[in-house]
This record gives sequence, C-alpha cells and structure tokens, in this order.
Amino acid sequence: MKPLTQLRSRTAVLAHTNIDTDRIIPARFLTTTERTGLGEHAFEDWRYRADGSDNPDFELNRPEARGCQILVAGRNFGCGSSREHAPWALLDFGIQAVLSSEIADIFRSNALKNGLLAVVVSEAEHRWLLDHPGVELRIDVAGGFIELPDDGRFAFELDGFARHCLLHGVDQLGFIRQHAAEIEAFEQRVEQAA
Amino acid sequence: MTTPRTLFEKVWDAHQVVAEKPDAPAVLYIDLHLVHEVTSPQAFDELRRRELPVRRPDRTLATLDHSTPTLPAAADGTRPYTTAQAEAQVHTLENNCAAFGIELHGWDSDARGIVHVIGPELGATQPGMTIVCGDSHTSTHGAFGALAFGIGTTEVGHVLATQCLLQRKPKTFAIHVDHALPAGVSAKDLVLHVIATIGVGGGTGHVLEFRGPAIEALSMEERMTVCNMAIEAGARAGMIAPDDTTFAWLKGRPRAPQGDAWDRAVAHWKTLKSDDGARYDREVRIDASTVRPTVTYGTHPGMAAAMDAPVPAAANAQESRALDYMQVTAGKAMAGTPVDVVFVGSCTNSRLPDLRAAAEVLRGRSVAEGVRMLVVPGSESVRRAAEAEGLHEVFTAAGAEWRVPGCSMCIAMNGDLAQPGQLVVSTSNRNFEGRQGKGARTVLASPATAAASAVAGCIADPRSFFQTSEAAA
Ligand code: SF4
Repeated sequence: MKPLTQLRSRTAVLAHTNIDTDRIIPARFLTTTERTGLGEHAFEDWRYRADGSDNPDFELNRPEARGCQILVAGRNFGCGSSREHAPWALLDFGIQAVLSSEIADIFRSNALKNGLLAVVVSEAEHRWLLDHPGVELRIDVAGGFIELPDDGRFAFELDGFARHCLLHGVDQLGFIRQHAAEIEAFEQRVEQAA
Repeated sequence: MTTPRTLFEKVWDAHQVVAEKPDAPAVLYIDLHLVHEVTSPQAFDELRRRELPVRRPDRTLATLDHSTPTLPAAADGTRPYTTAQAEAQVHTLENNCAAFGIELHGWDSDARGIVHVIGPELGATQPGMTIVCGDSHTSTHGAFGALAFGIGTTEVGHVLATQCLLQRKPKTFAIHVDHALPAGVSAKDLVLHVIATIGVGGGTGHVLEFRGPAIEALSMEERMTVCNMAIEAGARAGMIAPDDTTFAWLKGRPRAPQGDAWDRAVAHWKTLKSDDGARYDREVRIDASTVRPTVTYGTHPGMAAAMDAPVPAAANAQESRALDYMQVTAGKAMAGTPVDVVFVGSCTNSRLPDLRAAAEVLRGRSVAEGVRMLVVPGSESVRRAAEAEGLHEVFTAAGAEWRVPGCSMCIAMNGDLAQPGQLVVSTSNRNFEGRQGKGARTVLASPATAAASAVAGCIADPRSFFQTSEAAA
C-alpha cells in the first residue's frame, strides 16, 4: 500500500442511501482472479444503458464528475457483501476517498486496507457535502480534517492505527507477523488446555 | 467478584493474542477459516509473492459453491460453467488447496456444499470458536455461539499466513425475543421482522446477540437462518448462546470432539452464555407472538412487512425509487402480487427442514402455470437426505427443478438467474437491485411462503396450505 497523507480533489455526489456492494460491482464480475481491471465495471448497472453506451443520467457519467477522486455518497454506503472487489473497483475507477454519514463495517475495513480513504462525517456536514457537488476539498489524513474552499474545516475520526497505516503505507500482514512469538505461545496454551 | 460478561465478550477475550490498545487493534486468533473460490485467489497470490506457507492448514476448510453450476455434469464430466473465467476460478482454488495442503470439498467430495452449510454439518463449527470466511454470511455460524464474521480478501491472506486478524472490538447489541412464534410462522419471518424493526444499518459496528424464549425454542437450522441475516442489519456478527439443542445437533459429527474430549468440550461450552447483569451497548425487545409471514417489498432487507399488511408509504426519495423498481404500490399488501420465479435455496434456507417445509406445501399440488421454481439444496449431504425422504420427487412432481448444491440464484453468478422485470420470491438473504439478475425484482420470504407462492402463482400465505397444523384454522 502506498502512503497517503492528503488528497485534493473536487467531489462527485451519489446521494442514494444504502448503496450496496452489488451496486458497486455486480456479482457477475467476481469470477476474476486478479485485483485489477474492475474499474470498467464499477457501478455497471447504473452506468451503462442496455446497448452498452454510457447512461447520461448516471451522476458519475456527467462531465463535471470526470476526474473526481472524492465520492460523497448517501448514508450506509458499501452495505452488503464482504467483497473486496468493491474497493478495488472504486480505486481502479479513480476514486480515492468516500465520504458519508455512515459506511458499512466490512466495506470500510476493506477500503482502508487498500488505501481507499473511507471517512464518516456528521449528519450536518454530510448534508452540506451532498448539497455542494463539485466542491474542491483537501482531505488531510494526519490532521483528521477536510478543508473546504473557504478555509472551513470538517474534522473526522479515523482509527489511530488505520491512520498510521495510511500515512506510512504500513504492511499489515508484516505487522501481524511481528507478533509471531505471541501467536505461537497462544497456540501452545490453547493446545495444552484442550 | 468478576465483572459479568456477555457471550461475545467471553469469546473475544479468549482469542486475544495481543490485547487491543488505543493505537493498535487486537491481534485476534482465528480457530476456523472457511475458504471458497471467489474471494481467495488474490490472497493465495499474496502468499506466493511473499513465499509464505498457510500457517494452519488444519484450521482451514475449503469448498466450491459460488460460481459452480447447479446442473449436473455431462457424460464426459464437463460442467456447464457460465464462462471460462468461472471455470478457471474453480480450478484456481483446486490448485491452491493442493499446493498449500488445504482440505477441499470439491466436485468429488460427498460433503461439498455452500460454505456456511457444510461448516456446521461437518461439526467444524463449534461453540466458542472464532470463525471467519471471505463472505459476509459467515455470521451464520454464530448460531452455535461462535464469533463468526465475514472478511475481505486482504484479511483472508492475513489469516492464511498467520491464523490471526487485526480487529477492533465491536459493540454489543442484545435482541431479546419474547414469547413464541405463532404456528406456521418461521425463523425467516422473525429475522425479516427484526431487520425491519432495527433497520438495515441498525446493527452497524455491533455484534447482535439473539436471546430470549423464542430464540431458545428454535432448532439449530432455524437459529442459523436468524444469525445468517444478522449482517443484513449491518451487524458484524450474530450470536446465540449454545444449549442442549446445540450439543445434541453437534454430537457425533465428523469434526466434533469425541469421547472424553466431547464431555470436556460440553462442560466448557455450557459456560458460554451471557452472565446475569452483563451489559450491552444497545438492547431491543421483540414480541415473537406478533410476527406474521413476512416478505420484503423494497430493495434492501429492511424494507419488509407482514405480507397481509399494507406496504408503508415511501419515507424518502430512495424508498420511492425502490418501490418503483419493485413495481409495488404503497398502501397495498404484497400478498397477491404475481410471481414469475421461485427460488428455494441459499445459506439462509437450504437445509433439510427448509426443504421439508417447502415440500409440505407442494405435496400433491403443482407449481402454477408460467411460474418457474428452482430448489437447490445447500449441500450434498442435504441433497442425499432429501432424496432419501423422497422430497425431490415431491418437487419434480409439482413441476419444480431439483438441482445440485451451490449458491445458485442467491448471487446469480453461476448462470442461474432471473430475467429483467421478473419477480422472484426467494428464500435467500438479499433483495438488492439486480442481485438475482439485471433488472430482476426480489422478494425475500421463508421456504413455506416461497412454495405457497409457487402454487398460487402470486405471493401467498403458507398457513392456508398446511394440511395438518392448527395454523390452517
Ligand atoms: S448462498 Fe448466497 S449468501 Fe450464502 S454464501 Fe452463497 S452467495 Fe453468499
């Protein structure tokens, strides 16, 4: 994972609540054995019309949404399955951060492990962001705030460890493996007790 | 005096290899890791890249279920995969299990089936364990008093390599279910009712503990149905304290402890219940006696109501869009809505009692003209048991299709799917837009409701179909 200290981009807004992982990447694309290449199918069933052309009504197809790296989404984003293909597809599509008032647990954990910033903001801030699509934001990972164009700030909470991992690109598998001795001792204790 | 603890806390505490700190999550030991073809290939690749072995192949169990066809193999052994990529994904898991020494219940195994059906069947799922799988419905195993939850593929790699996960401790949420379910009302109706009550995001950040007399009265299969859908309320996991029902169900299963070890295990398992006075972060009370046959009317499992009750008016733009998609009218009951496809299967409702409930309704009756009904047993073992009782003959005589085990139309990635606009009454767990095929409309229901709807050709109350029970009165 590459370190991520800050992100500056305009926002694109998908106001729907409960956008589930089947929406983000439909199950029929899960037969891949790779992590890459899923971006072209992100939001597939909203994004394309039956003949395969772009659906002009889909928010992320609008010209002003092109190139936006910050997605402001409705409440309970990423609910549904545990498929890590969802954050993989978003990253491959060009999204680097998702902001919402509520983000599903497993999606959030998967996202952060892949350097996709999944950030929960308050209801009032969420409303403001939904009402201001295209606003230019700077997300400061170390400081834990989102900077608005008028210098206003929205503070957000991020688990200290998740923040540390993002800032330093920590290899979490390597981190667990540093505890190899404790894991071994734990297994021995359990096996003796059995 | 020690502080009273919840069931969840007892299991959590017993598995912390390194305790949680403000700046670092706990390192949590995982007793059982279930693996399937869809969410594992990239994790095995990561192990190869790092030249790491699987730490505990003996605590890892794999099966083929998601992208597998449910039509039998041709005479030459070829199987009707939807795409070459789906077939390649299955072969990838076969190769990975061979290379890393993992027990795989593949095509040649008489125990193959949906991952959350076979874990319990084999007795691999046991009270007090931590169980994970790259699949959100891992919550199913919580029915045994295990802490069981879904993980992403990166975490699948962590568990393969270290048998551990980095986890923050979730909060606890008690769902007290008082009184008893009325006759003819199933665990599926109950759990849909619970999700409609607490909301589709109502459990986020929490582990649910289902408790109370209505829960204690449930069979293991019914408890699995309830815990299976905990994730649909946004919860990480659902748990039910193990009791004599649990122990009787597990006894003698291949991976369950035997002899003295069994007695010691049961003595320990009996301690796995929430202490009197244990505190939960949230609590809610549900009265089981008020639950009626329940179905979903929208595009997430929280949009559920008794089928004879009027569909609530849309509370926001989202809900009104969902009603439009479903072609459902607020104020009108779901009962009577015409049905195109009926699916009985999935890790929610594909066990023997589920198939019996569907068969009881179908016996001596026919699937309505123009309705397609698919019955997909959860595992080879369920299939054998159902066929031994002649249930498959009841289904085929009624005009339903009897298939080989797999996830099938629950996730619709193996070729079993509905056409755009078709209405599916499904015993699975997700009614998201397009989940069962692009443009397909899903109504979640119990197996009995699904079968009754197949016969009636429209959403129908199964209680009028039971010949024997007082529910028919
Ligand atoms: S039956 Fe459905 S929910 Fe269950 S494991 Fe398969 S795809 Fe997932």
